[in-house]
Amino acid sequence: MMAALVHAEPVREEAMAANSDVEGVRAPHAPTPLYANRVKVYPMRIDGAFRRVKWAVLAFCLALYYLGPWLRWSRGPGAPDQALLIDLPGRRAYFLGIEIWPQEVYYLTGLLILAAIGLFLATSLLGRVWCGYACPQTVWTDLFMLVERLIEGDRTERMRLDRRPLSPRKAGRKLAKHAAWLLIAAATGGAWVFYFQDAPTAVRQMATFSASTETYFFFALFTTTTYLLAGWAREQVCTYMCPWPRFQSAMLDEQSLIITYEAWRGEPRGSHKQGASWEGRGDCVDCLKCVAVCPTGIDIRDGQQLECIGCGLCIDACNTVMPLVGRPGNLITFDTLANQQARAQGKAAQYRLLRPRTIVYASVLAVVCAIMLGALLMRAHLGIDVLHERSPLYVTLSNHEIRNGYTIKILNKTHAAETYALTLRGLRAYSMSVVGNPATGDANHPLALRAEPDTVATYRLYLTAPRAALAGESTPLTFEIEEHVTREAAARDSIFLGPER
Amino acid sequence: MPTKIEKDAITGTDTTGHEWDGIKELDTPLPKWWVLVFYTTIAFAAVYSILYPSWPWLNGYFHGLIGYSTRAEVDKGLAAEKARMAPMAGKIGAAPLAQIEKDPDLLNFAIAGGHAAFAENCVPCHGLGGAGSKGYPNLADDDWLWGGDLDNIYKTVAFGVRNANANSRQGDMPRFGADGILKPEQINDAAEFVLSLNGKSTDAKAAERGQQVFADNCAACHGAKGEGNVELGAKQLNNGIWLYGGDKATIVQTITYARNSSMPAWSERLDPAAIKMLAIYVHSLGGGK
Repeated sequence: MMAALVHAEPVREEAMAANSDVEGVRAPHAPTPLYANRVKVYPMRIDGAFRRVKWAVLAFCLALYYLGPWLRWSRGPGAPDQALLIDLPGRRAYFLGIEIWPQEVYYLTGLLILAAIGLFLATSLLGRVWCGYACPQTVWTDLFMLVERLIEGDRTERMRLDRRPLSPRKAGRKLAKHAAWLLIAAATGGAWVFYFQDAPTAVRQMATFSASTETYFFFALFTTTTYLLAGWAREQVCTYMCPWPRFQSAMLDEQSLIITYEAWRGEPRGSHKQGASWEGRGDCVDCLKCVAVCPTGIDIRDGQQLECIGCGLCIDACNTVMPLVGRPGNLITFDTLANQQARAQGKAAQYRLLRPRTIVYASVLAVVCAIMLGALLMRAHLGIDVLHERSPLYVTLSNHEIRNGYTIKILNKTHAAETYALTLRGLRAYSMSVVGNPATGDANHPLALRAEPDTVATYRLYLTAPRAALAGESTPLTFEIEEHVTREAAARDSIFLGPER
Repeated sequence: MPTKIEKDAITGTDTTGHEWDGIKELDTPLPKWWVLVFYTTIAFAAVYSILYPSWPWLNGYFHGLIGYSTRAEVDKGLAAEKARMAPMAGKIGAAPLAQIEKDPDLLNFAIAGGHAAFAENCVPCHGLGGAGSKGYPNLADDDWLWGGDLDNIYKTVAFGVRNANANSRQGDMPRFGADGILKPEQINDAAEFVLSLNGKSTDAKAAERGQQVFADNCAACHGAKGEGNVELGAKQLNNGIWLYGGDKATIVQTITYARNSSMPAWSERLDPAAIKMLAIYVHSLGGGK
């Protein structure tokens, strides 16, 4: 083995000498470490069209999140009046006028599908607008950066502060920043728990230390994660933790609008003296302002990259510089790759919003929306479940009739007590009785059962039938309930078991 | 064997000194956080083994300084559950059966509690849901040996059947064949008559002869037409419901050797509230009268 290696060595060197001008792109130049320390990003303040949109989206998202639990929505007596509420102990979810029972959790599935397809569509049209504008990680990081800038100053001041040794002044600044961050984080964690219980009550309970352990736990959990993710982790969440950047490229094509650098007119870059000629050089003056404002600290001029969240702040930055040097704006631009190619060749740009990809996404979105809307409009206000007794499967009575036991569950999804008429299809003659209830029913008289508002009423029902009415060992039948006033009905299939003939 | 520890040029780390066919191993130090976690777990284990039950002795074990025991935890949980149910159980213990049945809250609690007690104490013989099996009556049908109203069910559960309890249900069927009271032919005829009460007789003449045998020996308890007697626990014989089986061989065996099955007096084992809940639960199984 050793000998073979030794022999191999000169052969390899010869081969390398012969092809010294050929090199694979991944050829190792120097051993690169597998781990690199994070280079802290100090984004600079910038103003511009994209920044203003980003502020607006940020304000809207945060207002929605923080104020959401405080919106009221009257649902009548006995029902919670919180517009957005997921009542886990009560097994109900409320969204404005919509009320969901655990059995209807598929609405949540529908919402998730809508969110996913919506994200696909937005990405294929506009690139990573979700990442750049609406993602909670982006929104809270942006908010935390704003607070940081207000307390510690802009990019250069922050860098200088970090380089300085610890002093009372520096400690004061840092302390103030982290206190402000923790305060925002606490408000965020607080708002989260309000979505799961009555907000005013919860605030009172939390202030008097009488809230549930779960409340404090989730309050602490979301306070901590907000503080850590938005204050410390920031762009690392997008680069290392989030799966979305990994597969977003599957939604993008050359017709998607993305943040891109017009290399065809920017290069070759270099600093430019006032009054010097622009001949033979590109428009980029290499001021690095686009890098300084980037919240993930990348250089967009390197082309499309994983770390880019598509926020467009580099466009705002570049557009403050281009007028100063007297060159046309949008050197960094929000454009499609196809248009960039066209523009580079001097052809007219053309936007293609309608592409097979976007048409498929949009139509799937429309179909799912229609299904969801239809399901919501036709949502039943009552339901019935029937469980056939398994032990004993059937009972032979003294008069030779056969009796089966059932557990009947009536779901009253309205906010009023209702009475229902229970009837049966599938048996010629039968009689019904209910444990703890004097009411009885038979083939000609429906059994009247009551269900309290917004509850599941459970009844133990005994159904007795003469042997002659049975089709055999197992007779299929259908229980049917009808609401007295609205005539809304629901049915459930079951069986009636008897002895072998 | 370690030969020569040297400094690796690229990483600046020492090698371990091991070498295999020219391949050397770096002695990269463990990450600091990992080492810290490792020592923390050791410290945790040491503290844990002092606070909690840990080291075995020859005849026992070290109980730990804070006196924790899983058994005590279970006992505490059970006591807490009992305390939680105490108010309702107390109400049920104090209320007469008829009143429990009229109060929906008490009724639901009693049925749920009775269901639990039934599963624990009665299911081995009477089956889940009181389905019964050979020799153990079905409690879901409307055929009752000792009466199917609430009070009778309560009495049967509380004092049992044919046991040593002073209030136990008593009623003995003689061993007509084994003790020589009836001749085998008479037993055969009586069995045919019992079958005929259910329209199952295949020997009309024997059944006719059997009617007299039945009237002389059985009717006193079981009634002239086999209608039974709940005072004596005499089974109704004309409704097609059988405790041991309704074929002729089984009926002959029953008459010959008699069947005097027993049941414990549950008041000797369970508290009064549990007995009441059991009675209410059994009554709710569908056959209660």
